Parts: sequence; structure tokens; C-alpha cells
Amino acid sequence: MKDANSDSFGVQSRRTFFKSVGTAAVTAAAASAQSVAAELEKVNAEKVIGPGPVPVALNVNGAVLKLQIEPRVTLLDALRNYSSLTGAKEGCDRAACGACTVLLDDVPIYSCQKLAIEAQGHAITTVEGLAKDGELSNVQKAFVENDALMCGYCTPGFIMSLTGLLKKNPHPTADEVRHACAGNLCRCGTQPHILQAALQCAGAAVASKTEVLHA
Amino acid sequence: MPSWPADTKYISHSTQRIDAVPKVTGRARYSSDIQAEGWLYGMILRSKWPAAKITKIDLQNALKTPGIKAAITVREGERIVRFYGEELAAVAGATKEACLDALRAIVVEATPLPFVVHETQARKEESPRVWPDAANASAGRARESGDVDQAFGECAVVIEGLYTTPVQLHHPMETHGNTASWGEEGVTAWSSTQGISSVRDGLAGALQMEHSQVRVITEYMGGGFGSKFGAGVEGVLAARLAREAKAPVRLMLTRFDEGLAVGNRPSSFQKIKLGAKADGTLHAFQMDNYGTAGIGGGGSSEGGSGSVDIPAPYIYQVPNTRVQHTAVAVNAGAARAFRAPGNPPASFGMESAMDDLAVKLGMDPLELRIKNDPNPVRQREYKEGSERFGWKQKYQKPGASAGPVKTGVGCASASWGGGGSGYTQGEAQINPDGTIEVRLGVQDLGTGTRTVIAVVAAEILGLRPDQITVKIGDTRYPPGPGSGGSTTCASVSPTVFDVCKRALEELQKQSGIADARGDNWFAACKKLGANPLLVHGKWQEGLSSSGAGGVQFAEVSVDTETGLVTVNKIVAAHDCGLIINQNTLESQINGGIIMGLGYALYEERVMDRLSGVLLNPNFETYKLPGLADVPEIQLVLLNMPERGVIGIGEPATIPTAAAIANAVANAIGVRVAGLPITPAKVLAALGKVPPSTSPPA
Repeated sequence: MKDANSDSFGVQSRRTFFKSVGTAAVTAAAASAQSVAAELEKVNAEKVIGPGPVPVALNVNGAVLKLQIEPRVTLLDALRNYSSLTGAKEGCDRAACGACTVLLDDVPIYSCQKLAIEAQGHAITTVEGLAKDGELSNVQKAFVENDALMCGYCTPGFIMSLTGLLKKNPHPTADEVRHACAGNLCRCGTQPHILQAALQCAGAAVASKTEVLHA
Repeated sequence: MPSWPADTKYISHSTQRIDAVPKVTGRARYSSDIQAEGWLYGMILRSKWPAAKITKIDLQNALKTPGIKAAITVREGERIVRFYGEELAAVAGATKEACLDALRAIVVEATPLPFVVHETQARKEESPRVWPDAANASAGRARESGDVDQAFGECAVVIEGLYTTPVQLHHPMETHGNTASWGEEGVTAWSSTQGISSVRDGLAGALQMEHSQVRVITEYMGGGFGSKFGAGVEGVLAARLAREAKAPVRLMLTRFDEGLAVGNRPSSFQKIKLGAKADGTLHAFQMDNYGTAGIGGGGSSEGGSGSVDIPAPYIYQVPNTRVQHTAVAVNAGAARAFRAPGNPPASFGMESAMDDLAVKLGMDPLELRIKNDPNPVRQREYKEGSERFGWKQKYQKPGASAGPVKTGVGCASASWGGGGSGYTQGEAQINPDGTIEVRLGVQDLGTGTRTVIAVVAAEILGLRPDQITVKIGDTRYPPGPGSGGSTTCASVSPTVFDVCKRALEELQKQSGIADARGDNWFAACKKLGANPLLVHGKWQEGLSSSGAGGVQFAEVSVDTETGLVTVNKIVAAHDCGLIINQNTLESQINGGIIMGLGYALYEERVMDRLSGVLLNPNFETYKLPGLADVPEIQLVLLNMPERGVIGIGEPATIPTAAAIANAVANAIGVRVAGLPITPAKVLAALGKVPPSTSPPA
């Protein structure tokens, strides 16, 4: 995944600064606290954002979402708490469950681990942006047809991970599906049907082995 | 006595989940998605002490934090907290960020107290007491039949073992929580719950309001598994904050919170002695079990039972038995009901003992089960399941598999009660334009309750399921039970049957059309004129029954160099009564199996005995099965319409862990007697690494 283009907010320059300080410290162990503070002050003086709310413009599902939020607000919280796009879910808020997965320029990311300000300038797709003119996407259709959801709370995350996979690799193997969903958890236990749905999208659906026996 | 139709178009077939589209498009609004006008964010401050006397909670700085609209304490005055994570105070503010700032600004003065978090330590007399007036360990009365001591002397073979199961956390993907909003008529809570009625009653009680002043709405919720019946401390706090702030408050727990204070499955330490005659007939059984349900014996925990008692000798009949359970209090969050309370640990202990006995008898463990299981339905499941699994071809003597990666097979069984709730009610409104709304005060946890209602209504009325508008999850609808005990399907289906039969009868009477179903539906509805038809109905006897069994077979590979267990295949044979909707039924069984797999191999609440803190409150450290861990699952469904509707959610999860554990023992030739079966325990059982010393004996 490429880095977010956030030069316009000064974040990048501060990061680069810290990186260089770190390197210097390791190589020469010479950067005194005083010079670090002075340097930091200089960099901050150039462009500081926050801690108060700042204008943020996000490109979500092809529309521009203009928000006034603190720089520490994550992309997930920006969507869920500052817009009506609650499709991405919060399951853990620390990159462990995948319920918050969205696409950033077609690449699945945990939106709880991305600051909203960093997501600017990228095309963000949430689960609400997949159906076009009321027509479900192939992954959505396959989820419905294979009952690949129960409570449905993890479902948007899985759908986004698989949408990302299929964009890159339209005919994944079962193992590639497993790998693509390694960052998504489901507590209801829908995984077998999710795999079935994904393989259906890949054109490799396998028949169910379930048997119903009568008296 | 009413009876289900024999020829069906929808019942016993597969109808797509009727709320699947809102769920796959993000349109479904879960309790955590509610954005009431002017809503505030709510958060809870929790005890960082496992035991302490709280002398003062100063909220002044929190109230001064920009954006904060309310800050409250859980209780006035001094108090004792008894576990890490117990609720102390709560704040509501315009943003999550403001709440985070405010929580940091709350000053708590406390005197730490001695604590104990491990049941093995807590049961000792000298351990700190969780409750000052009672010993930590409280033994129940022993249950005894026959003459156990004499009977063991009559046995040809006797085995003894200590089989242990950990505390398991529910971890629904949507955490516990509510959005609470006050209006003229009282308070409305959009609650992530499996019991809208019990939340309403709980909130009314805590807020000293009339039931009629509390409305609970649960349109979509993200899983519960037994942990979401009560209003909860967090629900009451949300309502209090909203009242104080004069604005709606959304208070959802964090994932960390979820591991602390909203329930768990009690542990078990089952010392089992089992004896049989030479032909394998079980003759004597003795169990001395202890476990912990946290700070409570279980009964006092909010929102569930959570007792440490487990059924023993589980599904088997042994003429001479002695069983004793001891609940051990520790400084940790209280247990709650957890999918098939008591049963997965019971199955693990007894079914492990059965396999150990079979080894000593030199018998095939499947044969030992067939010999001793009195249940005729399970007898059929042993046969049908084992044939499809290929038990005869796959079963080898323990440890007989060659090479460093050994394969093994195991089998275990389940028993569950279930049955319908007699007080379930419902109503149908048939409009002159032919639209119909069926309303019940139940909730859909993801089990497919909405779809079950649509399927039954469509069948009775001769319509398609998508023509039925199902309204559930609101205490303003006719009362229904909480979703627990695998009773929902058996409660809801007969109720909808009755509602629709009555509605049809009334429609035919009013319209003068003899059969208003199917093609005649719209013509009949049109004759209603201007007034919709509203018909009430209730649960009827004879359309459902209780009692469910299940037998599962597991095949595993165990890498004896790394200790890693991989489950290759599960075959699950379950009796399903009258199948209402097959695809959602399959999902339920898959889900039960996968949760059982987590219990077998990964899941365990780990408390730090030195600090009293929960060490693994999050998913990096509390491991759930992922897609790559899920084996091939083959289902064998026994459709038994003559029994009416039964439940499946719980029986499906009961035997999985035991079947996997038996397969592991069969693969490596030694027993890992404690869940979860981690690589470290496998290697220790093989004598390749020293056994772990935690928890301390």
C-alpha cells in the first residue's frame, strides 16, 4: 500500500523529521535534547494542524465528504460518527478484527488504523458504495445467495476484503481467499459460506455436501 | 391439535435470509449505528484495581473538559470494587475524543485490597476472600445414586483423569451497548440485546420508571451468544447520561471492556473416575468438579445464569454415580449464560473420559458410545455420521499414525433441551392493498428469526416470503421471549402459524372468499374495504417439541514437532425436528462447530495472578478461529417433521471441542486433558517440553 499523500497538512514533514532524528541518534548519538526541541519548534512553526478541529475533505464512494474534525479522528470514526456512513463497523478499533475494512484506492485497509486526514486525496470505497443503481455487486450477491452472513456485523469487512481481492485477482483459489480474509474475524461462524460465496465469484463454486435425511 | 402442512413450498426448503440485503449493503442500522438527533458519545471509566475500596471519585476536571456534557458515577459514596474493569463512572460528550480526554481527567482515590484471580488459588483457605462474609469455595450438595465405592470394585476397568476447561469469553463482534434517548413519554433505548423485554424491565427497575415508559428497539444486533440479556450497567449508564446531558447518548463498550465485565463461560476442573465392566458397560462414575464464575457464584451476575454446575455423566446412564460441584469466587468479571451453558465443558470432560476408558478396554470408542448411549436419535446419528465420515476406514489405535505429522479421529455427542416459550405472542396486519405486516416482540441475533417468520407466514398464507413484512425488535410489538436456550425458532414458528391461521380465517370470513390464499389473496384483501385487518395470535401446543441430540466426528493432523493441531474435517449429524429454513439452519450448525473449534484450540481468558489484570482482552491475544482455521464441514441433517420445530443453535456447539480433543489424543497417543489444546500443551503431553506451571496448582 502506498503512503497517504498528506504533504499538504505538514504531517509528512514532521514524520520525516522524526525519522531523520532517529537515524541521527542511532548513528552519531549526538542530537541533544535541546537541538531536537529547537528543530521540532521550527518544523512545527512551518505547519501545525490541530489539536482542534480542521477541515477535512474525503472522497468517499465517488462523493466529497467535507468534515470539520480533530486530526486525531480515524477514518473509521470520521465515517461512523461524523457522517451517516455506518456500514464500516467498529469491532476492536485496533487492527485485529477487520470489521472496519474499506478500500483505499482499491486496496483493503483497516479504517480504524488510518487517520481521516491521511485518507484525503484517495478514493475511499465503503460497503455503501458497492451497489450501483440498486444493483448489488457480485460479492454482495454471492453473500446473499450463499447465506454468508448471520448477525451481519463483520459482513461489510469481509465483503470489502473480498472485493479488493477480486479486483486484483478475479479467479482466486480457496487458499487465496483464506489469505485475503486472514484479517477478518466472524464470531457467528459464517466462514464456510463466505468461502463458498468467494469461490462462486471466482467461478469455482463447489457443491454443498449437506445431506437431509428423512425418517 | 394443530399440525404443520405436509406438502410445503417454503418450510423445509431454503429461503434467502430476508434481511441479507440490508446487511450486505450497510443499510442495516445496528444499535451501534444509531445516530439520534444531537447524539453524544458515551464512555465508561473502569477500575484499574482487581479489588479496592473507592473513597472518592472527582468528576470536576472531566466536566470541565471541552465538549463534555455529562459525567456521573456509577454509585454515590464509598464502595468496594471486586474486579479489574468494574464500572466506576461514565462521561458523555460531543465526540469520542472529548470522552477519552475526560476519562483521563477523572481522579479516583482508592485503597487497594488483596485479591485472587485464579480458582486453584482462590479455593485455598488462606487466600484473600472475594466476599468478606463467605469462603471463596462453596461446594454444592453431592448428588449420589447407587453404591459408588462398591461399584468401582466391581469394574473390570477404571480410569481417572483431571479434565479442565478455561474461562471462555463471548466476544460478539458488536460489543454491548445502547443509544438512549429521552422524550415526553420516557426513555427509548436502541439496545444491542438478545432480550428486548428483559432490557426494558431492567432499565425500568434501575431508573425507577414504569415499564410503559421504557421502549427498547433492536432492529439489528451483532451477536450475543448468551451475554446480552440484561440492561447491564452500561445500559443504565447510557440512560442516566442521556437524562443528565438532555441529549441522546450512544454508549458502546470498547473491545477491551468486552472482555472484562459482560460475561464469560465458567471454567471447570473435572476430576473424573469412570469404570466399566469388561464388555464396556458403564458401571461407576464419580466427578468432583470446581470452576469459577468470577465474582459471583453465577446466579447474581447480571443478565444470565452462568452457574459452574455441569451435567454429568452427561449423555450416559451410569447406575452408580457421585457428582459434586464447587463454585469458586475470584476477583474477575462474573459469568453469564454462554451458548449451551454447562454443556461444552460437560461434553469435553465426559467424552474425554470415555475415550480414555475405551483405550484401556481396548475398544473402538465409537462402539463404547453405541453401547452406552440410551438415546435412539443419537444411535441413528452415530450410524449415519460415522458412515459418511468413514470412521471404520479412518480409525486406528492411538498414536498408530506414522511420521511426524500424525492424524487422528474423534467423536463426541450433545444433548439439549430447548422447546418453545408458551407466552410468545404475535399479530398480523393485513392491508386492503394486500400487503401484510407480521409483528412479534422478539429479536434476530443473526440466527435468522426474521426469515423464519417470513417463511412460516408465507407457507400458511400461500404467499412468497418476500411479500411478508416482518417487524420485530421493538417492545411495542406483542411480547416474546429473549433469544436463549435455542428456543426462539420453536417459540416463533408456532406463534406465526397461529397468527396467520387466524388471520386467514378472518380474511376469508370478511371477504366471503372460501380460500383466500395464493392467487385469491389480493382479491380477498380488496374486499376488506377501507379497514386493515388486525389479528392477534399466540404460541400453540403441538407444533414444537424439546430435546435435541447431535453427534460430531473430527479428523485432525497434529505436527508432533511444533505441536500445532489442524482440524481437517468435521462431520456433524444433528436432529433438526421440522426444518423451517435449511440455509439458515446450516449456518447455525457451522457457527456452532466453529465456536467449538475455538474452544478446543484457541480460546482462554488469561488473568495475571500478580496484578489481577486480564492479560488478553483483545483479538491479538484472545484468539478466535479465522477462515483459514475452518475445516471442511459436512452436515447430516435429520429432518423429523413429526416432532415439530426444535432448536439447533446450542446443540451444534456442544460436542465439537470434545470430538477434536479425542481426535488429538487418538493422533498422538496421549491425552491433552486441558482446553485449549495449544502447541505448548501438545508438546508437553509428548514429553518434548516441560509442562506449564500456570495456573499454579
